[in-house]
Amino acid sequence: MLYREAGQFKSSYAEDQQIFPIRQDRIGVALLLVVAFVVVPMFANQYWLSAILTPFLIFALAALGLNILTGYAGQLSLGTAAFMAVGAFMTYNFVLRMPWLGIIPSFILAGVCAAAVGIVFGLPSLRIKGFYLAVATLACQFFVLWAIQRIGWFTNDSPSGVITAQTVEILGYEFDTPQSKYLLTLVIVSVLALLAKNLMRSETGRAFMAVRDMDVAASVIGIPMMKTTLLAFAISSFYCGVAGALYAYTYLGTVEPEAFTLDLSFRILFMIIIGGVGSILGSFLGAAFIILMPIFLSVLFGAISHTFGLEISHAIISNLELMIFGGLIVFFLIVEPHGLARLWQIAKEKLRLWPFPH
Amino acid sequence: MLIGGLLAGVMYSLVALGFVLIYKASGVFNFAQGAMVFFAALTFVSLVERGVNFWFALVITLAVMVVLGMSIEKVVLRPLVNQPPITLFMATIGLTFVLEGLSQAVWGSQPHGLDLGIKDVPMEWLANSTGMFISQFDLFASGIAAVLVASLALFFQYTRIGRALRAVADDHQAALAVGIPLKHIWAIVWAVAGFVALVAGLMWGARNGVQFALTFIALKALPVLILGGFESVMGAIVGGLIIGASEKLAEVYLGPYVGGGIESWFAYVIALLFLLVRPQGLFGEKIIDRV
Repeated sequence: MLYREAGQFKSSYAEDQQIFPIRQDRIGVALLLVVAFVVVPMFANQYWLSAILTPFLIFALAALGLNILTGYAGQLSLGTAAFMAVGAFMTYNFVLRMPWLGIIPSFILAGVCAAAVGIVFGLPSLRIKGFYLAVATLACQFFVLWAIQRIGWFTNDSPSGVITAQTVEILGYEFDTPQSKYLLTLVIVSVLALLAKNLMRSETGRAFMAVRDMDVAASVIGIPMMKTTLLAFAISSFYCGVAGALYAYTYLGTVEPEAFTLDLSFRILFMIIIGGVGSILGSFLGAAFIILMPIFLSVLFGAISHTFGLEISHAIISNLELMIFGGLIVFFLIVEPHGLARLWQIAKEKLRLWPFPH
Repeated sequence: MLIGGLLAGVMYSLVALGFVLIYKASGVFNFAQGAMVFFAALTFVSLVERGVNFWFALVITLAVMVVLGMSIEKVVLRPLVNQPPITLFMATIGLTFVLEGLSQAVWGSQPHGLDLGIKDVPMEWLANSTGMFISQFDLFASGIAAVLVASLALFFQYTRIGRALRAVADDHQAALAVGIPLKHIWAIVWAVAGFVALVAGLMWGARNGVQFALTFIALKALPVLILGGFESVMGAIVGGLIIGASEKLAEVYLGPYVGGGIESWFAYVIALLFLLVRPQGLFGEKIIDRV
């Protein structure tokens, strides 16, 4: 009834090629943006903005970056956190050493640096594939963190290794409230997500998918392997780099190597598994799921211990969380390998017929 | 120095063996092997600390590991048959979290010491006669590794189940077609992997104490694997030796120039450079691309 595409005729190529060809989708996306840009900052409280929504957006961006590489181009990477670290530390250095640059160009340049690192560690992908490549990206994870900790230039020889991030400032306006930080993050994430959505419908995106589905066949039909995989690494690391910079500047407020451990790489990998591998929407859904899960669990455990009068120790809870986390991942892979994004698609197909069965 | 590195490499090989076994038989890259090692060591140590006899604890732990391996196969991997390898790999990452949480929820997360009754000090007579410092423990570990590899090789080569395992590794559809019971074979492989995890867990636990850091040795075993090739038991051993030795040498000769601490990534870089020359590892099967 509500969600029907019948009767929406396309009479020009431009109409046929728009990002959201169905009117209801366009309305939905517009509504979502209005809510995110206007309603949320007006009504959400500080805690929600700074502890849930901002990290959600940042993780969604990082997941989007990984999804471009793993979901679209089919190259498994375990070094996401390393690319994020590059982004964060390069932003720090750009702001520190070239203050006239401004924060947004610093973010972009930091992203470009992350992309360069991504290309270097993507080079082995020309020779090796699959698990071997995953191990190569692990090398990146360890090497980058080691370099950041050992080479004084990155941390400006800070003795503790924990650096306070400079205030984010654009044209004299300081982003120091949770609202403004949230909005800044939202703007950057929306722009990059739109770019990614468009990129994946372009020739480049289709080349990524061809390489993912069968690389030999892709090269036979004339897709340059080297250019495509390296480009996937570069774009993905750019996204991760910007996400890392945002992570340090609008969420943590500090720039430190400890924030970018292998654990973070895994978390982001889980986001795309649960959200949906090879889906832009999936990156957002997965990030939301992983962010909300621990909060939901702690509320649940709190309720349980309250009603039954049981005292559950903190250690048990954190271990149970680990188990549920891992269990859910296995569960998702078995039941719905395409993740939450696929569930949304199924829901849309059902909506098409609803409420009449035929 | 070189010898010390080689002997440390043996310890890596022990972990890598578990990976190779499962990869050979089912094409699954089992990331959870490190967690299994941790689980085994923690179970054993907790049983011993609760006053269970050493050998009895060993038997119980072995039984637990076998059951664990089989149930992993049944619950996690059976439903995922015919999925792409990356999916299986990610499932085992999920499994890692479950195992880590489970072992700590059951036994607590404080570190334990494990005493196998073998001293980890250089043997005096050897040091006196040849000037080499080799601990009894390292020698013992090498002995265990040698016995393990030999018996696995014999098992694979000469027993009925071993032959079936190799057939399954080659092509599991063909193996199924000639009447090899695939389900049993996979259950057996996982049980054996549980056993190898136990051995590795005991050795590592005795060396470094049983603590959460034990799960990270799985990450150390990865370069060993790519160096040796995923499919080869021999590769796991040789790869372990190379990684162990070069890591030690690099730390000593190269470390001072770059500020030390390079052990965390050096193994990966060696493996990476190596892969550029030979993408399938030392003893891996040749990769043939088919469309």
